[in-house]
Amino acid sequence: MNIIVCLKQVPATTEVKVDPQTNTIIREGIKSIINPLDSYALEEGVRLKERCGGKVTAISMGPPQAEEALREAISLGADEAVLICDKAFAGADTWATAYTLAAAIGKLGQYDIVICGRQTLDGDTGQVGPQLAEMLGVAFIAYVSKIEEVAPQRLRVRRMVEEGYEVIEAALPAVITVVKEINVPRLPSLRGLARAKSAAIPVWTAGELGLDPKLVGLSGSFTRVIKVFSPQRTCRGEVLQGELEGQVECLVSRLKDAGVI
Amino acid sequence: MEGESYRGIWVFAEQRQGKLKDVAYELLAKGRELASALKTEISAVCLGYGIDEVDKLIAHGADKVYLVDSPELADSQEDLYTHELVKLIREHKPEIVLAGATAFGRAVIPRVAAILKTGLTADCTGLDIDADKRLLLQTKPAFGGNVMAVITCPAGRPQMATVRPRVFKKNPPDGTRKGEIVKVDFDREGVTSRTRLLQFVEDITERIRIEEADIIVAGGRGLGDGKNFDMLWELASVLGAAVAASRPAVDEGWVPYSHQVGQTGKTVCPKLYIAVGISGAVQHLVGMQTSDIIVAINDDPNAPIFEVATYGIVGDLFKVVPMLIDKLKNR
Repeated sequence: MNIIVCLKQVPATTEVKVDPQTNTIIREGIKSIINPLDSYALEEGVRLKERCGGKVTAISMGPPQAEEALREAISLGADEAVLICDKAFAGADTWATAYTLAAAIGKLGQYDIVICGRQTLDGDTGQVGPQLAEMLGVAFIAYVSKIEEVAPQRLRVRRMVEEGYEVIEAALPAVITVVKEINVPRLPSLRGLARAKSAAIPVWTAGELGLDPKLVGLSGSFTRVIKVFSPQRTCRGEVLQGELEGQVECLVSRLKDAGVI
Repeated sequence: MEGESYRGIWVFAEQRQGKLKDVAYELLAKGRELASALKTEISAVCLGYGIDEVDKLIAHGADKVYLVDSPELADSQEDLYTHELVKLIREHKPEIVLAGATAFGRAVIPRVAAILKTGLTADCTGLDIDADKRLLLQTKPAFGGNVMAVITCPAGRPQMATVRPRVFKKNPPDGTRKGEIVKVDFDREGVTSRTRLLQFVEDITERIRIEEADIIVAGGRGLGDGKNFDMLWELASVLGAAVAASRPAVDEGWVPYSHQVGQTGKTVCPKLYIAVGISGAVQHLVGMQTSDIIVAINDDPNAPIFEVATYGIVGDLFKVVPMLIDKLKNR
């Protein structure tokens, strides 16, 4: 089974600040990690390989330093990795990202399943998975919490919905996005760490993917970020005072006055 | 510019098993404001089978409802919905399409935008109009809510956004509003569904859905043990509330994941959110901080939850919650 896992390298913390002068996010001094939900995608890919045999290829579109994330993926069980990296890819929105990833997956050749995390920590969109499926022209299932069965050309999964879960069968190849409930990611093995150190990670550019530079990165993106700002968190609260019992009484009467109970 | 042939606002009115979701009414309320800023009309588009009370979409603000009601759409097969939405949008050319950022909306709408080759902004919490340029100004949280971004789609049409449920308030229904229901035949030609629904298993622990609840009682690490959640279930039943939890409580296995509020769980916006034994890490706050009234009960006066709380009680939750249950029973 050929398994592809899409990863993004993201800042290790969401507690970032906006530079009020430049209106951009201050990234200096912030460590980078594999997007947490993507590590569940990777783990599921490795488990699938252990179950069915085959190969796990980790791919990432990002700046040169995203290679670190791919080496980490190899230490965690990926067999191969490809970095999709070109200045022309910078500033891509989800459409341009999915378009570029689809071209890279096309270049990788035959595949059975593409696994992505539900969403990233930084952009928080959750759109690349479904858009990638559409551009590849294959089945898509979001919010997968369990892979129940894999048969040739067929996959049965649990998908979380607001009201519970659904059991869905899909034709392969397919793209799925996973939620954290799906597994507990492993730690890197010593053997994996050694492999990660020496693995060759090819870098594919727009030219190598045969992509028109006008259709990738910022110029291939339909959306524009016109402003970023830190939300104001105004302290509007009142900490109730006095005996505990009195506080509880006071709370109940405030809630009654507000008409919420 | 090509955009000039695109006019009007569309709301994707999502339903489940024939019942319309509240987010459709919320989007119609906001959509009406946007439509009047653009001096245009607003339509709802509703796909499904045996959909109840379609006229409520008109009472809540739609000028027109495009209704595709077919047994083939009963199981919410996403390939079919994607195909039909693309077809309708290409035919009628709305300039803006809004949908709920639900599990279904966040799976289907990105695919629609991918096919239409246009921009889509995920999980918006604010929408506004630049009337001169006829642009939708879309505000969305990023970095787990620590940063807000304003996004536009200058060239692609329609401009598309998914919007978090409960961010906007629905208007009271007005039964005297007039509108038109346009029935559209479902055309399956040229589309095959690559997925099939085999089974739906309802989460029975979630007696009231946290996304739809007016009141939520949420517990965190401070509860100390799964069985202590019984106290919260009792408080919830007195209030007619749903029970939610922070990530640590879910990770401990005290409550199923479907109850988790926060960055890696659900976003809620009830009228009243009672946080019990939750310290208020930013990852939790982003999932609930837009609630109308927030009550925090925690024994640590420095817990960040008190920064967003409307009312705070600093004290032992094992004393406060039983007192609260008692007072509410006797109210």
